[in-house]
Amino acid sequence: MSRDTLIWRIAPPILRNAHRPQRIVERNAIVYRRTPMVFISGFFEPLFYLLSFRIGFGALIGDVEFAGMSIEYAKFVAPALMASSAMNGAVYDSTMNIYFKLRYSKTYDAMLASPLGAPDVAIGEILWAMLRGFIYSLSFLACLVVLGLAGSWWILAALPACLLIGLAFAAVGMALTTYMRSWADFDWVQTIMLPLFLFSATFYPLSAYGDFGWIVQLSPLYHGAALVRGASLGVATWGMLVHVLVLIVLAVVGLTVATRRIETLLLK
Amino acid sequence: MSDSPVILAHSLVKRFGSFEAVKGIDLEVSPGESFGFLGPNGAGKSSTMRMIAGVSPVTEGVLRIFGLDPAVAGSAIRNRLGVVPQADNLDGELTPLDNLVIYGRYFDIPRSECVERARELLEFVQLTDRSGGRVDALSGGMKRRLTIARGLMNRPEMLLLDEPTTGLDPQARHILWDRLYRLKQQGVTLVLTTHYMDEAEQLCDRLVVMDAGRIVAEGSPRDLITNYSTREVLELRFSAGQNAQHEAQLTGLGERLEVLADRVLVYTEDGESALREVHTRGMRPESSLVRRSSLEDVFLRLTGRSLAE
Repeated sequence: MSRDTLIWRIAPPILRNAHRPQRIVERNAIVYRRTPMVFISGFFEPLFYLLSFRIGFGALIGDVEFAGMSIEYAKFVAPALMASSAMNGAVYDSTMNIYFKLRYSKTYDAMLASPLGAPDVAIGEILWAMLRGFIYSLSFLACLVVLGLAGSWWILAALPACLLIGLAFAAVGMALTTYMRSWADFDWVQTIMLPLFLFSATFYPLSAYGDFGWIVQLSPLYHGAALVRGASLGVATWGMLVHVLVLIVLAVVGLTVATRRIETLLLK
Repeated sequence: MSDSPVILAHSLVKRFGSFEAVKGIDLEVSPGESFGFLGPNGAGKSSTMRMIAGVSPVTEGVLRIFGLDPAVAGSAIRNRLGVVPQADNLDGELTPLDNLVIYGRYFDIPRSECVERARELLEFVQLTDRSGGRVDALSGGMKRRLTIARGLMNRPEMLLLDEPTTGLDPQARHILWDRLYRLKQQGVTLVLTTHYMDEAEQLCDRLVVMDAGRIVAEGSPRDLITNYSTREVLELRFSAGQNAQHEAQLTGLGERLEVLADRVLVYTEDGESALREVHTRGMRPESSLVRRSSLEDVFLRLTGRSLAE
């Protein structure tokens, strides 16, 4: 079909120029081909967590109740850690790295002088951060399998959930990064990430939070962890659609804000 | 190649909040021309260049690049442009070769073609031996050459250069001028901003002088000198702080006088006879120099200010 036909003219630019954000991913892939260490660190981090739960806590706590099943504690925690790994990878990339490129190295100014536009840059960077998170998730999954915590083949259904988590956190991370004014502002990232990691029904079920359960449900990671846990344990509920929707909304809002901010900061 | 203008601007205005950086300028640049914007910092040159490059929205007026409106066809315009920005924004995380290759990819050029072009261009800017190193290890002149090579990856019809030789040593400037001159001979339209008169004289067929957001003169370097200056200039230096004192004594000498902080300029058709007259009037300058008129004199005449900072 010709690119001049009506359907292409009314199609949103995101569809017409879907190939453009790929260039940003390609650029980042070249950079990381030279610095594979970040992926190796992403492999060890979840491995250490898993070992500590398998060896220590698991023995102390015994089995836990989830969706009417009694499961080994490590198997309860592992999916939430997998969700966290997707979040970590995406946030690491979409905050510090993007800040550097935006404020110091002027990488985006150079990109924007080419046919690429602000939406291409935002989509490309978010996709890359999502992929980095996904690589963390994959290495985590490999650890699960090796340690015998994978449970069933259902665990594979957790992978798309991890992609969605990465997408949402990358988009929100990039959007927030465009507002940062100095490296000191990144202390906030840690300040936000740690409670998200600890209090997203990661280590104990939502019921354990009692009356404060609604606060936990404000955490995007809660929705992500619930999806990954449901998928890996083979429990599908209608409530999962809500989790999916929350993450999609975050991704769309993050992407929109990030695009606007790049326009405001660099295309003035 | 058609002769319709590659740049057409009419009453072009750029405002940042309440600050008006470009105050309604008219321009027309033809294909193959070397066109310059001459002016001091803050004259509106870079703002104009950014609008032409399709990375800064037009506030008011009309701007057409290759006959296209940057507001709706920015991407298509940028596809045909090469841009060499004032501050180097090379990708420090990539090698010089990869800088060029990935930049070509932004233009959707096939990868193998990108590699081929990148090698050719590294040769052209004499950086072949540095292709695999680190960008940070390059000198200022090398970085600027690499940026020019990057701007040529898409074989642009027009190359925009914002102060291409600012901050470079004389040798690096001459290498750069030579490369730009070759591009000009190949038929690439060059559009550059500068605050160096010699650069404008070397590279520009035609230029505009900008001051405080307006175009104050337009023409070839020679035309501008003929129209706004005299054939020769006599420069006189008196002992510190005495330049102004001698102004009265110099009255009537040459066509015009310009008293600057560090020297007095006498605009005249014949510098040597003006210098004799200075001595006849009993003045003893510490040094004197008779030279041909330059664009700096044109600028001084038009704005009352020296270009040098």
